[in-house]
Amino acid sequence: MIEFIRILSIVAIPGFIIFVLGYGHIKKVNVYETFIEGAREGLATVVRVFPYMVAMFVAIGVFRESGAMDILVKILSPITNLLGIPGEILPLALMRPVSGMAATGILGEILKTYGPDSFLGRVASTLMGSTETTFYTLSIYFGAVGIKKIRYTLWGSLLSDVAGLFASIIICSIVFKS
Amino acid sequence: MVNAIWLFMIIIGFLVALFFGDLEATTQAALDGAKYAVELCVGLLGIYALWLGLMKVAEKSGLVEAISKKMRGVMGILFPGVPAGHPAMGAMTMNLIANMLGLGNAATPLGIKAMHELQGINKHKDTATHDMCMFLIINTSSVQLIPTTVIALRSAANSINPNEIIGTTLIATTCSTLIGIVAAKVFRRLYNDRIY
Repeated sequence: MIEFIRILSIVAIPGFIIFVLGYGHIKKVNVYETFIEGAREGLATVVRVFPYMVAMFVAIGVFRESGAMDILVKILSPITNLLGIPGEILPLALMRPVSGMAATGILGEILKTYGPDSFLGRVASTLMGSTETTFYTLSIYFGAVGIKKIRYTLWGSLLSDVAGLFASIIICSIVFKS
Repeated sequence: MVNAIWLFMIIIGFLVALFFGDLEATTQAALDGAKYAVELCVGLLGIYALWLGLMKVAEKSGLVEAISKKMRGVMGILFPGVPAGHPAMGAMTMNLIANMLGLGNAATPLGIKAMHELQGINKHKDTATHDMCMFLIINTSSVQLIPTTVIALRSAANSINPNEIIGTTLIATTCSTLIGIVAAKVFRRLYNDRIY
């Protein structure tokens, strides 16, 4: 099973490319010309997304480096303790929706400090994979098409992030703590 | 909303740095953030072009349509505002598939393409449609089947069994996605401010 997954992740991209181009060729599409046509949109897409990336990375950099993130974790810790969320996980849970890169760094630290096979290491690993970088995705996707009023998207996303956090803790407790 | 959070992060960040932290280092972090955005964009240029090129081939050959047809039932329930054969359905389907396979770099340009298609049938150009909200909530809740980054990190940290979290992650991400979908469907009713 593990070997199968490893092979799958290695062949997924080349397999996908071969399949798409092969299918296109069989269906008598000029794959080269068509590829160029599509690839041309790459530049425009990046240009559109660029200012949103600057805005996001600057804000995240300031919020993290200043220590504001640590303060927020301290303020929230009494509440999260009450809910049974391990305090060591909290920085990861808060950073996960904000920055994938920073969250990866925090997960790396947790794995190093507590060990990847500890309960905390397993919960943190599960949490990391259960949700996405909400703020980044929202600003890039909505920014690209000029949507300003995002209505309930943020609340729905954050609610699902919270659900992912609790699900991670509960499932790891059931699977790993027996 | 994003406006308020963005402002909050920057103002509070600098104020905290001014009184408790290292203002110079924080300023540097801001500049580094801007610089990193450029580096990332340059890095993404080629990858976006590659995936959008392949997507175009998949589109022209009818592959996207064939896959979309198979997913039509589920997609129709999730996105009732999009007509069945509309290109937005195809782009969203491909984005979600790329996400499931963990092809994050492929998923983003496909997702942006989907947003453009959705924007095409949007009557109020500055406001998100219900389908856009649903699409993004699903996207941000992660539907990745194999968390490759996490497994790599665990291997790097000398885990005895780096893959043991695949099962728990799958259950957790299913929970978060389901809650997201339910939340979007509930909010949709509460936000009945416009008819679309």
